[in-house]
Amino acid sequence: MRHIISILIENEAGALSRVSGLFSARGYNIESLTVAPTEDESLSRMTILTVGSDDVVEQITKQLNKLVDVVKVVDLSEAAHVERELMMIKVRATGKDREEMKRMTDIFRGRIIDVTETTYVIELTGDSTKLDAFIAALDGGLILETVRTGVCGIGRGDRILKV
Amino acid sequence: MMISGAEIVIKCLQEEKVDCVFGYPGGSVLHIYDALFKQDLIKHVLVRHEQAAVHAADAYSRSSQRVGVALVTSGPGVTNTVTGIATAYMDSIPMVVLCGQVPTSYIGQDAFQECDTVGITRPCVKHNFLVKDVKDLALTIKKAFHIAATGRPGPVVVDIPKDVTAQMCEFEYPKTIQMRSYNPVVKGHLGQIKKAVQVLQEAKRPIIYAGGGVILSDAAEQLTRLAKKLDFPVTNTLMGLGAYPATDRQFVGMLGMHGTFEANNAMHYADVILAVGARFDDRVIGNPEHFGSEQRRIIHIDVDPSSISKRVKVDVPIVGNVADVLDEMLKLLDTGCKTDPEVADWWKQIDTWRGRNSLAYRQSNHIMPQYVVEKLYEVTAGEAFITSDVGQHQMFAAQYYKFDKPRRWINSGGLGTMGVGLPYGMGVLMANPGAPVACITGEGSIQMCIQEMSTCKQYELPVKIINLNNGMLGMVRQWQEMFYSKRYSQSYVSSLPDFVKLAEAYGHVGMRIEKPEDVVPALQKAFTEHKNDLVFMDFIIDPGANVFPMVAAGKGLTEMILAEEL
Repeated sequence: MRHIISILIENEAGALSRVSGLFSARGYNIESLTVAPTEDESLSRMTILTVGSDDVVEQITKQLNKLVDVVKVVDLSEAAHVERELMMIKVRATGKDREEMKRMTDIFRGRIIDVTETTYVIELTGDSTKLDAFIAALDGGLILETVRTGVCGIGRGDRILKV
Repeated sequence: MMISGAEIVIKCLQEEKVDCVFGYPGGSVLHIYDALFKQDLIKHVLVRHEQAAVHAADAYSRSSQRVGVALVTSGPGVTNTVTGIATAYMDSIPMVVLCGQVPTSYIGQDAFQECDTVGITRPCVKHNFLVKDVKDLALTIKKAFHIAATGRPGPVVVDIPKDVTAQMCEFEYPKTIQMRSYNPVVKGHLGQIKKAVQVLQEAKRPIIYAGGGVILSDAAEQLTRLAKKLDFPVTNTLMGLGAYPATDRQFVGMLGMHGTFEANNAMHYADVILAVGARFDDRVIGNPEHFGSEQRRIIHIDVDPSSISKRVKVDVPIVGNVADVLDEMLKLLDTGCKTDPEVADWWKQIDTWRGRNSLAYRQSNHIMPQYVVEKLYEVTAGEAFITSDVGQHQMFAAQYYKFDKPRRWINSGGLGTMGVGLPYGMGVLMANPGAPVACITGEGSIQMCIQEMSTCKQYELPVKIINLNNGMLGMVRQWQEMFYSKRYSQSYVSSLPDFVKLAEAYGHVGMRIEKPEDVVPALQKAFTEHKNDLVFMDFIIDPGANVFPMVAAGKGLTEMILAEEL
């Protein structure tokens, strides 16, 4: 099962390595990990996408809670939430492909944020399946480079992760 | 008044009522050692290897209720402590390790005696800190002691760059501490406790399974009262020995890989298990797939939620400090305690298992190691602190020395670190001056920290070393005999030193005991005539002695190999 775990953690040197070290030491998966300070700069918010059985994910949240720097842990995927991922993708855009790339970007509600005579950089935001679908829809030979941020997510409505 | 960072370190230790630090000086901690020199409240024990400093601080903690402290220099000083820190971490021992570090401006420059202390120790500490500003020093040390001793205890490392120890700062030691990210649970959930008490009273085949958490939480007294009130059998893990008096009728012995026939069977066939400060690890229950029956119910009390339902699914989890939870349970039981009459039949069954006498061992013309431990128990009237190393001798000590009190049995249960025995003896004696202390060891383990005989001379620490010498790495040999068709690959130790002469060379008393009839007189002499001496007793034992019962790795608890079955 796919789980999105959100962590509020003290924004201190080495905090990230405590979390990533825990995952590697105990053999848990990290599919993606994003981290940045919150509006309160003393706290960082981390989102980890992991895959594991319910037992494993229960252990993951318990072990994360045990880390002294961790303030709060929530398994976002337990209830209603929204998730997004940002991708930037550099494609070859020459001749007839140039127009095609523009059309595909529009269809997926992406934006072209850098243009040269031969390339575009397309910015696309959505859940991971949408980004996957966009990549699948393009001619693979034209993709020069992709970079994705990994999933971040937030609970819907009154589900609030805050100190 | 402004004082230096080094003086702040010492003042913090004094504020924490630390009376003894185990350590080894070096470049990065010279300022701290200078501050140490200028005071006399804290005693320093100069070890011969940093590993021993951490082991000694660990045993200081295990044998008292105080936090052990070690002080080492940067680089190799720190890397030498890693085994000791990991040992303490696996057994949840509260400890603070203060490490020197190269000056902040040198960090990351591959400076002389630099290492990434926080990175290297991170996986084996409860928490660690790098102090980059002298203004943070006192608060960080306060946090270190707080974190080490509360919740599930553990070692905390504080890495202090040399320039920080030189900088001047006002000193104020915080009285209390609040950390938004660290609030361990103390009280158990009352609803869960009520449920547990209910389940206990319904039990027909109950067992109380108590581990090191009872000792760490100083709850032996509560556990004993609870067991007495219910009249349930009690088994202890290796780490829990002493949590329940071993000489009591209700005690069925240690369980696990080398547990007694009655303890392992009772654990397996129980319908209600009350697990207290124990974690169902592989050496205790063997293969979880083979463990017990579907219908059974498990109550698990532990301060660490991640220990609950980790290897075995638990029906009534109670997160909280063991002592507090047991207090609550006792309160409830005091208002009326009715156990199931079928428990009487269960006791009959247990007594049948007991009749199997699974700790009986074969007789020999040589000294049997079990016999030495039995006689040690008699000569010391069960009152000694026993430290051990790791291997067959450790299991013999656990099986044949009957611990009636907590904190008397000091061994590395989780990590299984050879070499801890002698430095553990030092730590015990620093925390309990004048107490009888025996280190049960083997000729393999003792040589891993043997240099500490020198420290024992300097500080007059009269550890009695019980060396069960079979010229073999006994436990390795036992496994090779049983599972590798007697191919004794590298388990024979040749060119052993003359331990008697070695002890004498360090300024101690050495004895070599080769005949069974000499065992008791030698032990008596060591504990009376040589009460104040370190005595190295080299017992030449039967090289074929094995530890039984035994549950082979991957097997279930009832699949025991018993002594006579070979």
